[in-house]
Amino acid sequence: MPQVLPLTMMPEGTEGKVVSINAGRCLKRRLVEMGFLENTVVTVHRSDRGALMVNVNGSKYALGKGMAMKIMVTDCYN
Amino acid sequence: MTQNKITIALAGNPNVGKSTLFNAITGAHQHVGNWAGVTVEKKIGTRTYHDTEIEVVDLPGTYSLTAYSVDEIVARDYVVEDKPDVVVQIVDATNLERNLYLTTQLMELGSRLVIALNMWDVAESRGDKIDTTKMEEFLEIPVVKTIGNKGEGIDGLLDEVLREAGKGAHHEHEVSYGNEIESKIIELERILVNDDALSARYPLRWLAIKLLDGDENILEKIKVSPMATQIDNVLNTIDREDCEASMADKRYEAINTVLPQVCERCVKEVTFSDMIDHVVTNKYLGIPIFLSMMWAAFEVTFTFATPFMGMIDMFFGWLAGVVAENITTIWLGSLLGDGIVAGVGAVMIFLPNIMLLFLMLSLLEDCGYMARAAFIMDKLMYKIGLHGRSFIPLLMGFGCNVPAIMATRTIEDERDRLITILVNPFISCGARLPVYILLAGAFFGRDAGSVIFGLYMLGIIVAILSAKLIRGTLIKGKPAPFIMELPPYRIPTVKGSAIHMWEKGSLYVKKAGTIILAGVILVWLFSAIPSPGVDAAFASEEILGTGDSLMGALGHVIEPLVAPLGFDWRIAVALVFGFVAKEIVIGSMGVLYGVGKDEDALGDILVAGAMTPLSALGLMVFTLLYVPCIATIGVIKKETGSWKWTLFAAGYTTGLAWIAAFLIYQVGTYVGWGL
Repeated sequence: MPQVLPLTMMPEGTEGKVVSINAGRCLKRRLVEMGFLENTVVTVHRSDRGALMVNVNGSKYALGKGMAMKIMVTDCYN
Repeated sequence: MTQNKITIALAGNPNVGKSTLFNAITGAHQHVGNWAGVTVEKKIGTRTYHDTEIEVVDLPGTYSLTAYSVDEIVARDYVVEDKPDVVVQIVDATNLERNLYLTTQLMELGSRLVIALNMWDVAESRGDKIDTTKMEEFLEIPVVKTIGNKGEGIDGLLDEVLREAGKGAHHEHEVSYGNEIESKIIELERILVNDDALSARYPLRWLAIKLLDGDENILEKIKVSPMATQIDNVLNTIDREDCEASMADKRYEAINTVLPQVCERCVKEVTFSDMIDHVVTNKYLGIPIFLSMMWAAFEVTFTFATPFMGMIDMFFGWLAGVVAENITTIWLGSLLGDGIVAGVGAVMIFLPNIMLLFLMLSLLEDCGYMARAAFIMDKLMYKIGLHGRSFIPLLMGFGCNVPAIMATRTIEDERDRLITILVNPFISCGARLPVYILLAGAFFGRDAGSVIFGLYMLGIIVAILSAKLIRGTLIKGKPAPFIMELPPYRIPTVKGSAIHMWEKGSLYVKKAGTIILAGVILVWLFSAIPSPGVDAAFASEEILGTGDSLMGALGHVIEPLVAPLGFDWRIAVALVFGFVAKEIVIGSMGVLYGVGKDEDALGDILVAGAMTPLSALGLMVFTLLYVPCIATIGVIKKETGSWKWTLFAAGYTTGLAWIAAFLIYQVGTYVGWGL
């Protein structure tokens, strides 16, 4: 069974699918615009620093931990 | 032959090569200003092409056109209200999906669109195959391939723009939002048509869509509409949050039905960028790599600047000679020679330093590394109550605080931005270095290097502690969520980086030509006018730069304020004039100790008894921390839009400087240092 967990809990180098974004409307819309849609695959490159470095839809972002906590993913690629 | 004139706007996501393309179209014919009422940079250029004068307006780079940030509001207001003849969207061919999201929003604004498919060579070399004919067919928008940094495709783009501008009616593009939402859109349109003011300004469908999108800017405008209650009634029948998310989804859905047909093989693979990132953001290597990059940047700056500085020094020396030989009127010769030439020369000599430092920083920014530096520093910045984005403006402060404070515009959250602005002056700019070099060189000999390094560190530490303090008291709360795109690494172009360097560095030249010129004339006047009760002629030799001048009188008035710091009246005066520009501290001390601009002689005089190592250290710390120069204060006022915060910045810095210098001098004297 794949688990649902916040993006911050994903080990580096793994991929997960976005399940939901538990954020206020403004932030949520922003994330969707940047490509964090449901069922999109997110690759976590770095999470050992304050911010995460992730890849989504061919773009790379630095994402604050607080923001990443709100993105729930399934680790379906384990 | 009649000359046509059209206006086009360049829109696009950040980091898609928009400014490169802007430069390629307009060349040197551009000027930079601000959008009315906000501190967002507005660039306008012109280009004459086939007898048509094209005015090109560079819109801020945005991901969408909601009201998320000032940039987005500025961009869409321009398209809606100024109605440019054609909007050119620059689309990054390597990232079609996200770029086309903005396209859907531009389509809804009802403007004529042309897409510049930029960097398609990069996409192609990766193996992506983009079919522009199909793209034009599906989107019903002309698509032109361009390579901004090589200037390819510009003529083709302009041809298409002229063709599009010449068309009469144009096709209205629409994204279909599905039955449920569409019915709400129609319902809202029917109400909105009765509001004459709004319907004359904005496309109705777009207004309806923005209302359903929960766009705060438009909701605000609706509040004063005569139709407000009716609109609210419709909006209350829907689950707003749900609706907003599903509208964005629908836009992506529309894109995703088109995408597979126009782009073959949009594959994900480990790219070259990923490999570089793997190294430069490594847990252990990240910070050492960053520090060595910075060290290299400063090293290159100082090494290469030295010969240029020598040349500028020679030029001003020659100019002073010409003045001395040819102008026999004492007061005029003194004004031109001791005042203007020496004063402006003292500032211009640092131009190579500042230009080279900005060139290095521009290169790092244009190749993509700077965004990684912000990422690496985020953790540290978060601890002091800021985040990664604040880091780049702080770094630029080492060159000059004025462009550094302007660079805070990339920080979206107003409060984060304000803190970054307020602590920026503590980052020791290039103008403070001459003060350190002279005093540390004269009093600390072999340890001068360490003392100067220590001053830079002190600036950083004070900035950090101040940010923490302000965050804990005046501007409470946590930094806003941090999200920032890390663009793929690119090889910067000489032209692009040179333009960036010039944009930042030219502020310094302007400062030298205006504020500092006025300042040095003022300083000279003060030193030439006899103080009340002294019987001597204006600008006579017995007045110039002595205690009998107005400057001397001023110095004696304020001397008690700085006496506890170990400073005499001359230093007091020098510090007052240092408000014009901190370099002037040294220049005015030169005048006051009667050595002109011969700085070696000034050092000797100071060591011979005018100061002690302790008061010299205090003076350096005071110069580092006290009120930022007039140009910086001006930019703080402009960027914060508040006199309250500007006065706070001036008072806080000066108070801190006084306390620091007081402690150094009093404690030092008590324990017997520097005697």
